[in-house]
Amino acid sequence: MSSPSAHTAQHAPHGFIRKYIFSLDHKVIGLQYYFLGLFSVFLGMSLSLLMRYHMVNPNVAVSWFGKLWPTAAAGGVMTPELYLSLMTMHGTIMVFFVLTTVPQSGFGNYFLPIQIGAEDMAFPVLNMMSFWTTFLALVVMVSAFFVQGGAPLSGWTAYPPLSGAGRITGPGEGMGQNLWLVSIAIFCGASLMGAINFIATTVDLRCKGMTLMRMPLTCWTWLVTAILALLGFAVLLAAGVLLLLDRMAGTSFFLPAGLMINDQILVSHKGGSPLLWQHLFWFFGHPEVYIAILPGMGITSQLLSTFSRKPIFGYKAMVYAILSIGFLGFLVWGHHMFMSGMNPYSAMAFSVLTMAIGVPSAIKTFNWIGTLWGGKIHFDTAMLFALGFVSLFVTGGVSGIFLGQPALDLYFHDTYFVVGHFHMIMGVAAIFGMFAATFYWFPKMFGRMMNEPLGKIHFYLTFIGVYAIFTPMHFLGIAGNPRRYADFTNVEYLGKLIPVHQFMSWAAYATAASQIIFLVNLFWSMRKGKPAPINPWHATSLEWTVPSPPPHDNFAGVHPVVHHGPYEYSVPGAAEDFIMQTDPASVHSEG
Amino acid sequence: MSMPASLTHDTIHRPPPPPPIDHGWGGGGGGSDGRGADRRASFTGLFVLLAASTMVFAAFTSAFVVRRGLSDDWASMSKPPILFVNTVVLLVSSFLLDLSRRALKAGDRSKFNLWWTAATGLGILFLIGQAVAWRQLSAAGVYVASNPSSSFFYVLTAAHAFHLLGGVAALVYVDVQALRLRLGPAKRTAIDVTAVFWHFLDGLWVYLMVLFYVWG
Repeated sequence: MSSPSAHTAQHAPHGFIRKYIFSLDHKVIGLQYYFLGLFSVFLGMSLSLLMRYHMVNPNVAVSWFGKLWPTAAAGGVMTPELYLSLMTMHGTIMVFFVLTTVPQSGFGNYFLPIQIGAEDMAFPVLNMMSFWTTFLALVVMVSAFFVQGGAPLSGWTAYPPLSGAGRITGPGEGMGQNLWLVSIAIFCGASLMGAINFIATTVDLRCKGMTLMRMPLTCWTWLVTAILALLGFAVLLAAGVLLLLDRMAGTSFFLPAGLMINDQILVSHKGGSPLLWQHLFWFFGHPEVYIAILPGMGITSQLLSTFSRKPIFGYKAMVYAILSIGFLGFLVWGHHMFMSGMNPYSAMAFSVLTMAIGVPSAIKTFNWIGTLWGGKIHFDTAMLFALGFVSLFVTGGVSGIFLGQPALDLYFHDTYFVVGHFHMIMGVAAIFGMFAATFYWFPKMFGRMMNEPLGKIHFYLTFIGVYAIFTPMHFLGIAGNPRRYADFTNVEYLGKLIPVHQFMSWAAYATAASQIIFLVNLFWSMRKGKPAPINPWHATSLEWTVPSPPPHDNFAGVHPVVHHGPYEYSVPGAAEDFIMQTDPASVHSEG
Repeated sequence: MSMPASLTHDTIHRPPPPPPIDHGWGGGGGGSDGRGADRRASFTGLFVLLAASTMVFAAFTSAFVVRRGLSDDWASMSKPPILFVNTVVLLVSSFLLDLSRRALKAGDRSKFNLWWTAATGLGILFLIGQAVAWRQLSAAGVYVASNPSSSFFYVLTAAHAFHLLGGVAALVYVDVQALRLRLGPAKRTAIDVTAVFWHFLDGLWVYLMVLFYVWG
C-alpha cells in the first residue's frame, strides 16, 4: 500500500513500525487482517488438497509425505490419524482465521469507519491489540503441527470425550489439542475486542446526517455480526476454559466415568457430560455461521445495487431481515444435535425455529432478485462474484431446509450431504463475498484497478469449480457416504462411488490451481494496475468521496455531512444516475 | 488526528467536553467531532464489554446448572467463611466509589482522593481475601478437581478475580492521576467508566455468592 498523501494526513505516524506493524490506523489494521486471512486461506486450502488426494489414493506412497511427517506418514502413506488432523486444522483455520477474520475484521475494519464518516475506529489501541492477538492465536494454532503427536484430531468442533481425554485418544490429542484450545481462547479474546470496537464505532461515531437507516447495508451486517461475535465468542471462551481444565487440571465437566478408550478404561474422570460441550459449542457455533455469511450478504447487497444502477429493493426489509437472522441464529443451535438423543419435542422446536430462518433468508434473496430486475446490469468481476454469492447462498440454503428436519437429519447426519451443505453456504458463499469485496474495494485500498479479464477467467473457473467439487457431495450423502473417514476403498457399498470422489478431487485440484490467477492479479495489480479514479464504480457511499487510498484520518480533517441514503441510483430528474450520500439535499430537484 | 476515547489517550490536554448533542441514538446527526462522541463511545464500549462478561458467566452458570442436575457425584462443598468478609469489603468499596464521585461533583477534590484511594485499597484487599479463601480451601484438601462443586467454585471465582484485576488496574490508574493532581475534566469519562465497571463486578460477586450458597 502506498502511503496516504502527506499533505492531508493529520498526525500520521512516521517510521515503518508505527505505520505498518503496530499501526493504530484502522485501514492498515484491516489490511493486516486481510493478509493474515489470505495466508490462512491458502494454508487451509492446501490441507484440503492433501485430504482429497488421500481419499482417492489412500495406499499410494508419496515420498515427500514421509519427509514432512516421518511418523504420521512413515514410508509416504498417510495414517488415518494424520488425515483427521489435516481435517481438524483445515476446518479450524478456515472457520476462525478466514471466514471470521476477513469479511468482518478485514473489510469491516477498513471500510466501516469510512462508510459512516468516522476518522477511525472508536478504540484504535484496542483495535491494534485485537489484530496482534489474532496473529498470536494463528501462530499458536499453526504450531500445533510441530509438536509431538502433531495437530489434534477432534475436528473444528472439538467434541469431547475425544478432545478431552488426552494423549490416550490419539497422537494429536496431547499437546496438539492443548495448543488448539489455547489458540481458540486467544482468538475469542481478540474477537471480543474487535466486537466492542465495531459496536461502539457504529453506534457513536457516525457523522452528521448518517442516521442508522442511511447506513449502507454492509455497515448493518458488520454491526449485527459484531453483536453475534460478542455473544457467541464469550460462550466459546467459557466452554474452552472448562475443556482445558478437563484436560489439564483433571476436572470432569465434559468427561463421564468408565470410558473405554483404546483398550484402556478412563478412571480419572467421572460424571461429566459430553453433551454439555455440544450445547455450549453450538450456542456459539451456529451464530458463527452467520458471523461468516452476514458480511457477505452486506457486500452482495451493496454490489447488486451499484452494478444494477438501481436502489436496493426493500432497504428496510433487508435491515429487518439481517436483524432477525441475527436474533434467530441464537435459537437454533439444537439442530446440530438432533442425533444426540435429545427429546423429540425439543428437536421439533429447534426444527421450527430453523425453518423460520428461511423467511428472512428468502426475503433477502427475493430482494436481491428484485434489485436486479430491470436494472442496467454491469457484469464487472466484482458483480460476477456477488451474483455467484446469491447462487451459492440459494444452493447451500436449500440443502439446509433438508438438514433442519429431524426426520431427514437422522439419515443425512455425518454424511457428505452435510459437508456439501456447509461448504456451499458457509464456506464458498462467504469466500465469494470476499472475492467480490476484494474486486470492488481494491481500487480504494490500493489506488489501482484489478485486471478485469484475469478476474473474469478466475471467476468462471472458480464458480464452475466449486459447483463441481461440492454438488456431488450431496449425492454421495444421499448414497450414505459417511464424512470424516480417511479411506472408503475397502467399504463395499461405497466402492462404486470412488469415481465420484476422483472427480471431486480433480475438480478441487483445478479450482485450487485457478486461485493462482487471483494471486497474480492481486499482487500484479497492486504495483502495475491501471490507476484508479476516486469513484470507479459510480457508487454513492462515503468511501468513494475520498482519495485512493484514503488519507490517514480518512477525510483529511473535513467532517462529512450526509444528506442521502446509500442506494440512490437512477433517481428520476437527477443529473447523473447516482447521487452521492454527501451531495446537497436539493440535488433531487436540480437535474 | 484526534484520538477517540480510550483510557490511555484520554488526556488532560483536551478541551472540556461540549454539551452532549442528542439526536436520538448514537452519533447520527451529532457528528463525531468533539468529546461528546468520545465519551458516548467509551460508555458504549463499556456496556458492550459488560454484555460479553455477562455471557461468559451465563455460560458458566448454565454449565453449572446442567452439570449439577445431570449426575449424582455433586457434593456440596464447605465454603470458607472469609467469603462473607470479602463480600462486605467489595460492597463497601463500591459504596466508597460512589461517595467519591459525589465528592467530585461537589468540587471536593481532597475527599474524592480519599474515598477513591480507600475504595482502591479495599478492591486490592478483596483480591487478597480471595487468595486467602483459596489457600484455606486447598489446606482443607479441596482442589479444583475434587468435586464438580469445587471445580465450579474455582472457575467462577478465578474468572471473577480476572475481571477484578482489570477493575483494580483502572482504579489504580485513576487514583494515580488524582493524587498527582492530573484529574482534569477530561478524566471524568475514565472515572465514570471505571465506577460502572466496578459496580458491575460487585453485583456479579453477589450473584456468585447466591449461586454458591444456594446451589453449590
